[in-house]
Amino acid sequence: MDATERTEGLPGAIVHDEIVPARAPWLHHVSAGQTLRMIDLEGNQAVDFLMYAAADDAERYSAQDTVAAQGNIFLRKGAVLRSNEGRAMMTITATSVEYHDTIGGACSCESNTLRYGHHTFAQHACVENFLEANLTQGRGKRDMVSNINFFMNVPVEADGTLGIVDGISAPGLSVDLRAEMDVIVVVSNCPQINNPCNAFNPTPVRMIVSA
Amino acid sequence: MTGDLSNPMLARDHARAMAGTLAESMPILPPVAQDLPAGVAATDHMWEETIAPGGYSSRRLARGTRLRLIDTNGDACASLNIFNVHMPTERLNVADTVKVQWNAYLGAGKLLLSDMGRVLMSILEDDAGTHDAFSGTSNAAINTAKYGEGRNSGAFPNGRDRLLLGAAKHGLSRRDVHPCINLFKGTRIEADGAITPLVGPHDSARTVVLRAEMDVIVVIANGPHVLDPRKDYTVTPLRASAWRGAVTPQDDPVRNATPEGQRTFLNVEDYYRR
Repeated sequence: MDATERTEGLPGAIVHDEIVPARAPWLHHVSAGQTLRMIDLEGNQAVDFLMYAAADDAERYSAQDTVAAQGNIFLRKGAVLRSNEGRAMMTITATSVEYHDTIGGACSCESNTLRYGHHTFAQHACVENFLEANLTQGRGKRDMVSNINFFMNVPVEADGTLGIVDGISAPGLSVDLRAEMDVIVVVSNCPQINNPCNAFNPTPVRMIVSA
Repeated sequence: MTGDLSNPMLARDHARAMAGTLAESMPILPPVAQDLPAGVAATDHMWEETIAPGGYSSRRLARGTRLRLIDTNGDACASLNIFNVHMPTERLNVADTVKVQWNAYLGAGKLLLSDMGRVLMSILEDDAGTHDAFSGTSNAAINTAKYGEGRNSGAFPNGRDRLLLGAAKHGLSRRDVHPCINLFKGTRIEADGAITPLVGPHDSARTVVLRAEMDVIVVIANGPHVLDPRKDYTVTPLRASAWRGAVTPQDDPVRNATPEGQRTFLNVEDYYRR
């Protein structure tokens, strides 16, 4: 890939540029003021996303604090991603997908047994990625909290019916996040193959950090 | 003043003279209630407490225990955290709860799922119908902005700090407090994703009965819903009663209502197989 592609609009010099393979975890420190651009290279690839305050990782992303503060469950341009202490961690400064999900959670071997059957228990899952990445920094299962699913579509219907449905992303679409504090970002490039979140075909995503 | 408290014996007498005082919000030991369901023996009554407005409580409940929550005056909001007592890293997972059941609105027959594919508690009865799995609870910053302050030591404690104290009584801490569900105060999600709060005030004495499907720690904070638009810190007492009950049998209708539900009960039964 040409490293200069898809970098237009980033506010500063590129300090990191990496392709996360399909199904893999990714952990990266993003400093306050830096912008993280995530690119859905092949389209409809859910990026399951956790973040922790670098100074105190018991402070972490909270979906509930985020949606309550903005009065809406969808994450659109301008959404402030808040911690369990209510503080701004990152802001969505640009997105070429209309909205992103933060209520659908992350797939796990255990929840897969409920949603699809025990035959899926041995399949790789986002929680496995989150644990693997977090364990490298001393975080464990207690630190597994609510997440964002970038590029994933989870509508809620009038009677409360909810589900992961066909995505609204497409190849090359992206989302930009500006860090409002020093954060540790932990991503699972979702390996799920039993629902439409990855179009039944997990694919790579690209992560660019600009100063 | 309270009289001559100049030596320890006088201070003791003063303290002991308080015995028998009744308050609106307090635990009753041993538990007593006049309104247990027919067929529940007084000896099976496990817990009787009225949780203060702005207060909290936490409790271990054995598998099979029924937990009845009553919004006695129409403005309670029960924010719940739930843990597996034997392994508190397993706890309520709100996202899995709504995703696995293909529905976001809590009510009778719904299951409260852990992050390990197991059901921690189920909702047996519900005449309230307004509950919330989306918006969580207040924090210090929110209550400070809305009510002027939000500390545990002040008049307007926030929900998160209440859950923290309740969890701490079981040796748990900031990493353990997780996304909560709110009972009695509800939300509805509009087509564009907007959250509409349904905060009432509602009728008095609305009741929810839950069944512990595992041995659990329940932490309950009773504060104003985080999206309650009222300027005043508006919350009324929450009554909790619990009694022993049978572990869910194989032919239980809640256990068997959906294939996803059946599998989560299979996972619980497997966990307790030893």
